[in-house]
Amino acid sequence: MAQTQALQPSPLGGAGGIPLTQKRESLWQDALRRLVRNRAAVMGGVIIVLMIIVTIFADKIALKSFEVQVLPDQNKVPQWLLSVFPSMKPYAVLSEDYPLGADYVGRDLFSRIVYGGRVSLSVAFIGPLISLIVGVIYGSISGYFGGRVDNIMMRIVDVLYAFPSLLFIILMMAFFRSTLTEIPEGTPAYALSQLDHKLGGMFFIFVGIGLTAWETMARLTRGQVLSVREKEFVEAAHTIGAGHLRIMFKHILPNILGPLIVNETLAIPGYISTEAFLSFIGLGVTPPTPSWGAMISDGSAVVRTYPSQAIFPALALAITMFAFNFLGDGLRDAFDPRLRGTQ
Amino acid sequence: MGRYVIRRFLYMLVVVLVVSFITFALMHGVPGGPFSREKALPPETIKILNERYHLDDPLWRQYVDYLYNTMIPRFTTTPPTNSLMDDFLISFKVGPAWFRWMNFGPSMHSRSRTVNDVFRANLPVSAQLGVMALSVSLVIGMPLGILAALRQNTAYDYAGMALAIFGVSVPVIVLGPVLVWLFGVYLKWLPPTGWGSKPPYVLGFLPSHLGWDYFRFAVMPSVALGLGSSAIIARLTRASLLQTVREDYIRTARAKGLHERTVITKHALKNSLIPVVTILGPLFAALVTGTFVTELIFGIPGMGKYFVTSITNRDYPIIMGTILLYAVFLVLANLLVDLTYAYLDPRIRYD
Repeated sequence: MAQTQALQPSPLGGAGGIPLTQKRESLWQDALRRLVRNRAAVMGGVIIVLMIIVTIFADKIALKSFEVQVLPDQNKVPQWLLSVFPSMKPYAVLSEDYPLGADYVGRDLFSRIVYGGRVSLSVAFIGPLISLIVGVIYGSISGYFGGRVDNIMMRIVDVLYAFPSLLFIILMMAFFRSTLTEIPEGTPAYALSQLDHKLGGMFFIFVGIGLTAWETMARLTRGQVLSVREKEFVEAAHTIGAGHLRIMFKHILPNILGPLIVNETLAIPGYISTEAFLSFIGLGVTPPTPSWGAMISDGSAVVRTYPSQAIFPALALAITMFAFNFLGDGLRDAFDPRLRGTQ
Repeated sequence: MGRYVIRRFLYMLVVVLVVSFITFALMHGVPGGPFSREKALPPETIKILNERYHLDDPLWRQYVDYLYNTMIPRFTTTPPTNSLMDDFLISFKVGPAWFRWMNFGPSMHSRSRTVNDVFRANLPVSAQLGVMALSVSLVIGMPLGILAALRQNTAYDYAGMALAIFGVSVPVIVLGPVLVWLFGVYLKWLPPTGWGSKPPYVLGFLPSHLGWDYFRFAVMPSVALGLGSSAIIARLTRASLLQTVREDYIRTARAKGLHERTVITKHALKNSLIPVVTILGPLFAALVTGTFVTELIFGIPGMGKYFVTSITNRDYPIIMGTILLYAVFLVLANLLVDLTYAYLDPRIRYD
């Protein structure tokens, strides 16, 4: 089922003795073909690839620093911005040094958006990673072994699912970001805080998102494993002596990967939004690491006078989420078994 | 059905206990207490404060006391006093005794207010915002989804689904400032910040008068908060209705000669709304956490802003109280949703 069968001569010869060839398509090739036809999904994919390139080469593209504060330059705007927001004309100070303008302490908005993209994209990729690794392993074990093991594991997931996870993340961030006191040196909490600091404040966001993301994936995996477990090829593998681990990861997993990937891609905008939300209320990445959420928060404070400072990061966030949503929708339609063979 | 109810109820208790325990553990696990400021207080003052707020009791004792005060209602014969420790949210006279419930303790940052005072002042506004956002999402989402399903692959369908993609991709923190600028600053049609009602509230949380004067402050925040949820509801309603009208019993209804409108409203609609009920649980959670940022963006005097500042001030009772209250509310909402779902779909009761 997951193998590609390339051009195979059929035992039936065609007219004139020329062998008829059969080319059978795998699930992935079929899905890819239908995905490519979906223009919105392709556009989303292109935008994501562009963003990845821009964020990798951020230091070549965004020449100004994102953290150095140049106070005399605060709130300066380039000329073209005045034609978009004419309300700023009476008081705006012009400067062509900043392609999108400067923020309230003189940092270049464009650089901050580019470097902020790094934060959002890393969340977009690490979130699914944790979710897939933890959730898939948990769900596979639960679904494969069934019985009491399955029962207990799913009860645990049920309880965790009813948990108000975002409140819990907020609490955890507040705990680990306590600024008023010092965490004593030897404790594990201190080591974690140092790790977090080194990563620019990203570590706890990953932990927080990871802690809440794996439950859906575990449930989904378990359901898929349950439905595939009784199939003949699993029984066949069992018969020739394959061990549990081998069956789980070499036989069952590749066949259920489709819905898992689709689901995870559709969850990515949620991760990006969670990170932006946390940064917005001040519990996200630690400054000076820029984050689009924090930039929107700063911009909201001055939205009456300098709306560009809020609107540009908001646009960046919106475009990113649109791109992932379109891609996810396209993937879901491409893998939809009901549409197979109809396009 | 009874077993199912009991099971869900037990889950609820477990979750509430676990939430309270984790909250308590994290709050007291942070080194330094609520009285460690950058300019240190003299040790005698700290000792007196610790005694007063019972912070020198063993931790387990503090936890049990806290649970007892907040969760367990009681009848007392002593009349209520004005003490900061004695402020219960629900407190009324029943015959010769008083029935009292929910005491979240005194606020540690402000010396004259209790947590319940903060709740009484700010929660009603958050509740009003939440209710209006929920209404917006249902009133926009469901008709849109139904229309899109009934007129599949026409302009209505595409427009509805375009709006749905927009709603899902544009979070509150993006939509909020854009709305504030567009309608508040640029077009000046609606007030950008503020709220239209003040205490005292009817029944504890309703505003005293409902006119345009009140609603003009509420339009933008409710729409900003509700649009995302309405998009999810629209998508789900559409998918569910599409699936329902292909069922055999709908075909039977049509074959019987029923008017198409009757077929849809009497048979298809009710069954297609079941999946929407299941999503109401996570939707409540999203709305509740959404109120935090909405209040920050639109300058609404609700719990969200207070909660965020209390985190910075390390005001334990308020942090714990807010999280506990919200968690209990969400768990209750989930429980109700589960029960409603089991009532509507009998197949789930034997799970």
